[in-house]
Amino acid sequence: MLKRKDLLGLKDCSAEEIYEILDTAAEMKKLLDSDCKHSDLLRGKALVTLFYENSTRTRSSFELAAKYLGASEVNISVATSSVQKGETLIDTGETLDAMNIDFVVIRHPMAGAPKLLAEHVRASVLNGGDGMHEHPTQALLDIFTMREKLGKVKGLKVAILGDIKHSRVAMSNLFALTKLGAEVHMYAPATMIPKEIEKLGARVAKSREQALDGADAVMGLRIQLERQHGGLFPSLSEYAKYYGVNDATLKYAKKDAIVLHPGPVNRGVELSPQVIDGEKSLILEQVKNGVAVRMALLKLLGEYREKRL
Amino acid sequence: MKLLVKNGTVVTEKGEIKADLLVENGKIAKIASKIEENCKAIDASGKHVLAGLIDMHVHLREPGFEGKEDIESGSKAAVKGGVTQVCCMPNTNPVCDNAVVASYIKHRAQEVNLCKIHPIGAITKGQQGESLPDIGKMKAAGVVALSDDGKSVDNSLIMRLAMEYAADFGLRCLCHCEDKSLVDGGVVNEGYNSTLTGLKGSPRAAEDIMIARDIALSESLGIPVHICHVSTYSGVEIIRNAKARGVKVTAETCPHYFILTDDIITGYDTDTKVNPPVREEKDKNAIIAGLKDGTLDCIVTDHAPHSLKDKQVEYNLAAFGISGIETSFALSYTYLVKSGVMSLCELMDRMSSSPAKILGLEGGVIEEGAPADLVIADFAEKYVIDPAKFLSKGKNTPFKGFEVYGAIKYTLVDGAIKYKA
Repeated sequence: MLKRKDLLGLKDCSAEEIYEILDTAAEMKKLLDSDCKHSDLLRGKALVTLFYENSTRTRSSFELAAKYLGASEVNISVATSSVQKGETLIDTGETLDAMNIDFVVIRHPMAGAPKLLAEHVRASVLNGGDGMHEHPTQALLDIFTMREKLGKVKGLKVAILGDIKHSRVAMSNLFALTKLGAEVHMYAPATMIPKEIEKLGARVAKSREQALDGADAVMGLRIQLERQHGGLFPSLSEYAKYYGVNDATLKYAKKDAIVLHPGPVNRGVELSPQVIDGEKSLILEQVKNGVAVRMALLKLLGEYREKRL
Repeated sequence: MKLLVKNGTVVTEKGEIKADLLVENGKIAKIASKIEENCKAIDASGKHVLAGLIDMHVHLREPGFEGKEDIESGSKAAVKGGVTQVCCMPNTNPVCDNAVVASYIKHRAQEVNLCKIHPIGAITKGQQGESLPDIGKMKAAGVVALSDDGKSVDNSLIMRLAMEYAADFGLRCLCHCEDKSLVDGGVVNEGYNSTLTGLKGSPRAAEDIMIARDIALSESLGIPVHICHVSTYSGVEIIRNAKARGVKVTAETCPHYFILTDDIITGYDTDTKVNPPVREEKDKNAIIAGLKDGTLDCIVTDHAPHSLKDKQVEYNLAAFGISGIETSFALSYTYLVKSGVMSLCELMDRMSSSPAKILGLEGGVIEEGAPADLVIADFAEKYVIDPAKFLSKGKNTPFKGFEVYGAIKYTLVDGAIKYKA
């Protein structure tokens, strides 16, 4: 059983814990695929999504996961600008806690914010993405998708291409995949590769072809236009030409390789439209699996709360 | 007024001697193996008698930020830490860029009457990096150096002009070295741990570039310059090379740079957030070597007290700074002398006589006729650093729970006991 109050990241999760979450997600997916997407597992429980950054998928996915499991759910949006001048995170957390909630999902532009919140609330905190640090539920749904389609995680070669430096998705995937025995290969302009990422087990490829060569799974990461103004790359078209994944470059990957993307995707930048809509692409399946993974986490953390309280 | 310090081990520039020390009218009147005098006496048996420490990089926060510290709390903390002379940085509100604020600080220091306080004036008006303040008038009001600490003077021409003008008044610029464009919002050292934590890193080059620039200005103008809180191995090397070719550069570092590495940031404890950031093992080792060989002239605290609300927030939003004035001596003694890196005499040079020489301050030595700014310390006593016991309003320290040696028992300023444990 997942023995933790919060899910702040995958860096500190064991392989056993990750497999337990994936197995539970598989059960949840059955419920999700059934005619009646409803369970009373979390009846009488309450979840708050506290988002300091925009989100479409993570937030709606958590909200639906809570609803399918019978929990009540409320969302709070905080404009990023008010982080600096508004109520402190600790005060916000204590206010939410006073309403006797059971779960808080937080997305925040600053690394470590979920940890700070978790230290000050009784509710279980789920990290919905913190700065450049972690996005554990996204990586779990990515790995769930790989495992479901490819039958295993151990021994897989996973190629991650895109803005790795600013990607919490890349970090969480790296922590978890290496723990489960997969190889993680990365490729991006040097301006988008974090320092000493190799020490965390990543292999930084020298070329796009090398990164993709024999890959079982290819993950594109969103390139944000504002990074161009910051000087990290000259233009989206140059990026697409030298660093993007298209049908020609995808040929280096295994024949039955899968293509993933955490979304929202820039068509024709990190992935070509043909790749996005191609038969290898599992981008929409990932979204569905995201709900299952989040249901699994709420179930497991909920069970631990029941035992502990 | 006489006071006799008996049976202690007196640490002078020449070495350690078992001696009695007589204080008269605020001066060291006599040092001899046996002094008989019918006056108040302190028994320093088993303890060391040292020159009072001089901390040339302190933020006292008054005027303007009294919630973090004020001249009274900062002075109490200083004498508890064995510091008898403090140079306080001008990033107050209003900024100490004029004679009025400098005089106010001097006046408050006299009212509080614990340690000697020397204001540092801003290099530029409002620390805005654009134009020179009334440097001569500030000097007349008691300013001992100039600094825009907290940031660099980005404009190299303004920096050059400030150095030239200040030199006319015998004032040295103390340079906070940071290329803001390269820091780019970084809050920790750029490296493995910034990647691990997702906290934005600031590269060594951001500090080194400005160290090199200010040394280049110093060299081309022939005017002395002082480099603040050196944190990088490469910065130490730049300074070492400059000194070897005769550039009049002096430099300081702080205990956190020679004791800690950025492994401390992985728990997102905001008390570890400091500017420049704590770096890696090789930086720590280079700074120790630089202190040992004199490349780094002195140890300062960069005492930067903050209130809880400044620190109990997200790491990115937390204020930079460590409250260090009460722990500096014990940490330095424990990690430099007790560990065998340097002798006690060398440590006293880095913490007392060297800063006095750099700024032309009286004191920093134990000799007959010198001001009786003295510290009596017990090196045998081990204790655990507990910020709850700090007299500073700032409890922000990454050294909580560290075991150290070198308990300050007495601090004397001009012969008067200002702190007694």
